[in-house]
Amino acid sequence: MVQKLDTLVETASQTAGPYVHIGCMPTYAGNAGAYDVETGAEGPALEGAKGEVIEITGEVLDGMGWALRDVMLECWQADAAGIYPHEEGADPKVTGFARIGADFDTGKFTLRTIKPGAVAARGGGKQAPHISLWLTARGINIGLQTRVYFEDEDNAEDPLLNRIEQAPRRQTLIAKKTGDGTYTFNIVLQGEGETVFLDL
Amino acid sequence: MTDLGPLIPRNRDAHPPAYDTGYKTSVSRSPSWPLLSMESTPSEETGPRFGHSQLGEYDNNLIVNWTRGKELAVGERILVHGRVLDEMGRPVPHTLVEIWQANAGGRYRHKKDVYFAPLDPNFGGCGRTITDENGYYEFLTVRPGAYPWMNRGNDWRPMHIHFSIFGHSFGQRLITQMYFEGDPLIKHCPIIATIKDPKQIEGLVAALDFSHSRPMDFLAYKFDIVLRGRRQTRFENKLEGM
Repeated sequence: MVQKLDTLVETASQTAGPYVHIGCMPTYAGNAGAYDVETGAEGPALEGAKGEVIEITGEVLDGMGWALRDVMLECWQADAAGIYPHEEGADPKVTGFARIGADFDTGKFTLRTIKPGAVAARGGGKQAPHISLWLTARGINIGLQTRVYFEDEDNAEDPLLNRIEQAPRRQTLIAKKTGDGTYTFNIVLQGEGETVFLDL
Repeated sequence: MTDLGPLIPRNRDAHPPAYDTGYKTSVSRSPSWPLLSMESTPSEETGPRFGHSQLGEYDNNLIVNWTRGKELAVGERILVHGRVLDEMGRPVPHTLVEIWQANAGGRYRHKKDVYFAPLDPNFGGCGRTITDENGYYEFLTVRPGAYPWMNRGNDWRPMHIHFSIFGHSFGQRLITQMYFEGDPLIKHCPIIATIKDPKQIEGLVAALDFSHSRPMDFLAYKFDIVLRGRRQTRFENKLEGM
């Protein structure tokens, strides 16, 4: 035998189930008024936040190409200068966090925010501008982590994108520009064009 | 503030795999390519913070929060309490813990739930709180009922409360479910069976806790939660090979 480690094991994940909205987005579940202020409802960027206002629309598709109607997305991002909320010099109008439900009828989601700046990488250097996403739904046993990068930014030196061996798969993390400040970003859970999911 | 190192990489064996045929919905909703692993970055090491200012007076009391104290929910009155710790055993203070659950009959207050069991007009089914400086939290609620679901021909979920925990960084984000000691449905549940390590299943089963029960009022269950920790060593910021 050997000495015992004094570390603990992380609590096991379980699916959020079909009714995740009751706890996380009460209004979405049909329970408006359950809380005075809902977590993540105000969006990642409040009125007056510095930076370019953008809108990202998309769907989360299963292995059959069917859009999930019950998915909940969470996003986390830096401000226009690439500073995360609560760090020194951060834009006070950027909360960085939002919760988004897919439409119960169409499965489409929309994220309205400001475009983040390039943020620091560990040990120096920069990561290209990106928004972190975390997806949870019925059938997803542990939340899926991914990122949204932007087609009209310089992504060439990004450490994470460059870590993806199969270069064509990098495209699954890059939102396509559809107009002035508008992008599409579909998330493919499985199959052809499968999105790169992260373990960071 | 001390200079914190990267998040400890997630031990994926402690968690269910994405794909598990016993839980049918996972079959079409699981990535088939491996996850991309690398050391965490500031994007995962930072995270949202939520203050008490967002919380209402009754937010952690599900027996009264739907009616704002005017009426009481029906069911077995319970206190659910515990601590949020990280893998190093340190408390995780001032972090948001959210729960949601069915009512005593197994019915959710959600526009998509059509189970026959009736809604309780005095029960909403959601609650939230912020851990104190020792990582401690508590909720007062009613014990949720078991309910059937469309998976195999006769599958029933054990009594459970869904938990969502933030920690201090986005990479610690965790959603899980708490079960109740002694529930015979636990060993038949395909969602629980997605977890392959029996010790990790035990970690989701809350213990009956008379020490925190209040005589003639409520029973208590204790449920501690462990989040990922961060590596902290004196060598953290040295250059490669130094």
